[in-house]
Amino acid sequence: MKTIDLSSTPVRELNQALHVQAGAVTEREWLVTHPDGKHNLAVGLNEAVSVDIQGHSGYYCAGMNQKATITIHGNAGVGVAENMMSGLVHVKGSASQSAGATAHGGLLIIDGDAGARCGISLKGADIVVGGSVGHMSCFMGQAGRLVVCGDAGDALGDSLYETRIYVKGSVKSLGSDCIEKAMRAEHLEELTELLNRAGFDEDPASFKRYGSARQLYSFKVDNAAAY
Amino acid sequence: MNDTHEPVLRESATFDRLTIQEIQRAAETGIYDIRGGGTKRKVPHFDDLLLLGASISRYPLEGYREKCGTDVVLGTRFAKKPIHLDIPVTIAGMSFGALSAQAKEALGRGASIAGTSTTTGDGGMTPEERGQSRHLVYQYLPSRYGMNPDDLRKADAIEIVLGQGAKPGGGGMLLGMKVTERVAGMRTLPVGVDQRSACRHPDWTGPDDLAIKIAELREITDWEKPIYVKIGASRPYYDVKLAVKAGADVIVLDGMQGGTAATQEVFIEHVGIPILCAIPQAVQALQEMGMHRQVQLIVSGGIRTGADVAKAMALGADAVAIGTAALIALGDNHPRLDSELRKLGSAAGYYDDWQNGRDPAGITTQDPELAKRLDPVEGGRRLANYLRVLVLEAQTMARACGKSHLHNLDPEDLVALSVEAAAMARVPLAGTSWIPGQGY
Repeated sequence: MKTIDLSSTPVRELNQALHVQAGAVTEREWLVTHPDGKHNLAVGLNEAVSVDIQGHSGYYCAGMNQKATITIHGNAGVGVAENMMSGLVHVKGSASQSAGATAHGGLLIIDGDAGARCGISLKGADIVVGGSVGHMSCFMGQAGRLVVCGDAGDALGDSLYETRIYVKGSVKSLGSDCIEKAMRAEHLEELTELLNRAGFDEDPASFKRYGSARQLYSFKVDNAAAY
Repeated sequence: MNDTHEPVLRESATFDRLTIQEIQRAAETGIYDIRGGGTKRKVPHFDDLLLLGASISRYPLEGYREKCGTDVVLGTRFAKKPIHLDIPVTIAGMSFGALSAQAKEALGRGASIAGTSTTTGDGGMTPEERGQSRHLVYQYLPSRYGMNPDDLRKADAIEIVLGQGAKPGGGGMLLGMKVTERVAGMRTLPVGVDQRSACRHPDWTGPDDLAIKIAELREITDWEKPIYVKIGASRPYYDVKLAVKAGADVIVLDGMQGGTAATQEVFIEHVGIPILCAIPQAVQALQEMGMHRQVQLIVSGGIRTGADVAKAMALGADAVAIGTAALIALGDNHPRLDSELRKLGSAAGYYDDWQNGRDPAGITTQDPELAKRLDPVEGGRRLANYLRVLVLEAQTMARACGKSHLHNLDPEDLVALSVEAAAMARVPLAGTSWIPGQGY
């Protein structure tokens, strides 16, 4: 295992060393110590390496990840795993706002809570949150799945396209064009698989499903009050 | 003797026929007008400025003999690989989706022939565009449609779009008729939906966040690519200062005359400020920070001629970008299409319903039959010709001002034709040494 201590090594050197792995993988396992909330840790990785960050990360940790498995043993700042394409990002603590924003693929696991706009403009990734999510989560979500084992804040799923949302707890309010939908067998199966992958021991039957009513897909003046 | 007179019809200046027609249209449909193109009403523009050719107090250069340089280097502040362009006229970001794949390819071909860059748009990078573009700027947009790190690395520069001149503060709407299978696939959307483009980035909420975002993009691309920040002109003095503070290599400033594939008519005509008055504010911000020419300034919004190019550069821009003019060069609104355009309720020179996707020129469409009408090779040749003309014209004017490089033009080479233009551009009113607001 290769260890990089950020108390003495700049973030630039960390990312540079990780990017070099895309040419020829020489180290599969990386340990990052003393992150101390630094920004842009382990961004732009595109090889199947494993990175363990021993502490809290700042903004955009694991941004645009491809293939890599990145574990944050602490809390994550704004935009963790933003625009992730594939791979796995696991936040052992809680995440700030815009977690998994515009992520196209891969899996983001947040053991604790996530702030506002979790999964905003989600484009195909899966996000599983052990705790609660803040307001406007999945705003304009296009594809992918969001699982919330706790509660959801205001305006959940506002202006959704095709992202599917599963919430176990309460939903403070639904956003425009977001409705509760029937939990059919295929959804239970999908949710079971997501919970299992995330390592959460929750009963899928206790969740409710939310999705787009598809009334705002085309602009109609009769819907103006919804905007 | 018949003493009756033909009635003299007097049109209201307030409720002119266009206004009456729009009220009637609104009353019938209940929805605002959406269209493409840029502003149509007259606002202060480069035509309100004049260049001062040389006589005795200045020494001109020989038009067809002496060299006048045109090259520009963009991204010299932080990027390991700045972009070196042969000419200071670039192609503005326009999306595949708004434009056909053939049009995007033609833009790449034309720009490459002329030695300049083209830019992606909302919707991601197409292989045709990358393949044909010698220098390709990849837009990082609020919607992040089609955004992926592989394309980021394939780009020569990254342009973070915070606003567009035609609609600063506004998002976009690509109507369902243009969201074909390919467009929808690139944007992860269902086919045929009215696609909403976000007006703000999803993962930052202020300039301090922007600084971290710029750093993230630099980290991902190993500090190789220049980072542009594009703003719609509204508060350029403050926006430029904040963008520079956040770490931008290049500022792209788009005036209200800038085009758009589609937005509300009222937005196009009433939000934002003309590029004429935006440039001096941006330059002032850069100069106060000691960053003029260190952080390059690209301006856009209604650039049409070499005179516009020369005047923009004299005001302090390092380069200009063209959008609408490039589409016209490819063949949009061409007179040969007049009969077809009239069937659409328009005419050559007037067509602006780009949002409908029925452009007979094959440019602002996703209809495969219409798109086939545009030959990317011929379109590229036409665009390259137009770019050459812009540069030749600008060189001619610069030489007349005694300048051996377009970048040597400066505000002292300009006067204004009106008090308003003098005040906005911060150059003297013609025939005087008076700059309104700055005294004698």
